[in-house]
Amino acid sequence: MGGMADQARFTDVAMEFMPGLYSAALRMTRNAADAEDLVQETYLKAYRSYGSFQEGTNLRAWLYRILTNTYINSYRAARRRPEVTDVEDVEDLYLYKRMAGPGGIRAGRSAEDEALDAFTDDVVKSALEELPDAFRIAVLLADVEGFSYKEISEITDVPIGTVMSRIHRGRRALQKALHDTAAARGLVGSTSGASVE
Amino acid sequence: MAEDAKTSGNAEALFGKTMDCHEAVHQLYHFLDGQLTEERRSQIAEHLNYCAPCGGAAEFEAELRLVIANRCKDHVPEALIRRIATAIDEESRQHDGER
Repeated sequence: MGGMADQARFTDVAMEFMPGLYSAALRMTRNAADAEDLVQETYLKAYRSYGSFQEGTNLRAWLYRILTNTYINSYRAARRRPEVTDVEDVEDLYLYKRMAGPGGIRAGRSAEDEALDAFTDDVVKSALEELPDAFRIAVLLADVEGFSYKEISEITDVPIGTVMSRIHRGRRALQKALHDTAAARGLVGSTSGASVE
Repeated sequence: MAEDAKTSGNAEALFGKTMDCHEAVHQLYHFLDGQLTEERRSQIAEHLNYCAPCGGAAEFEAELRLVIANRCKDHVPEALIRRIATAIDEESRQHDGER
């Protein structure tokens, strides 16, 4: 019995994680109706198995593990669009070189200001949602949710070396997606040659 | 090679042009993620300190990460919170009834 969680306390301790779980669900499913269903299913599954949760271990990571597994097993399987499984290789410092580095434009402003202006909520969400599942989930868990490589390895059941590679390649691909998305909306100069129609 | 980078001056030490810069950029994600040994971490930190382009890149990457995290927040619909509370409540009553 020692250390096992009391189901009656589940809502007291688990509900506070809903904003993060809901945002993660939105990025995963890319639509509000599916995201709501996914979060509800996650909470019900977590409630049912909360008796086997070891108190004192990482409840937040445990909830994200249920969310991720449920997404992969239910929602991704049902999706009709063909699955893209890889990202293109994007160079290091893709954005820095275009927005702040040598040859970057508008040297008078700080790179941060530039990025803050160009990368609106809509641009960041769209760019992230463009990444293929495995890379999107790895970057989301690392950079939005702040999990460590080890935690992400446990959440996704993927070896830590693979997690690391997905995070790094996913981040570089995200930088290009951010730049292209912002350029397409006229929010940054298209210094990479992306056309602005 | 570290000597080369220092003596050749910061103006020359642009991305990937010296071993130091190449290494620093290559390990930047590991550095920012806190995944390096203390020895490696301090080597990279020292480089970022004296090499303006690499230091700027590190700052930019760290700031970008904050921007990404802050832009990905969404408002949870009140109806969803109620729906989940109700579903758990029903589940717990069903569970009690089975006893």
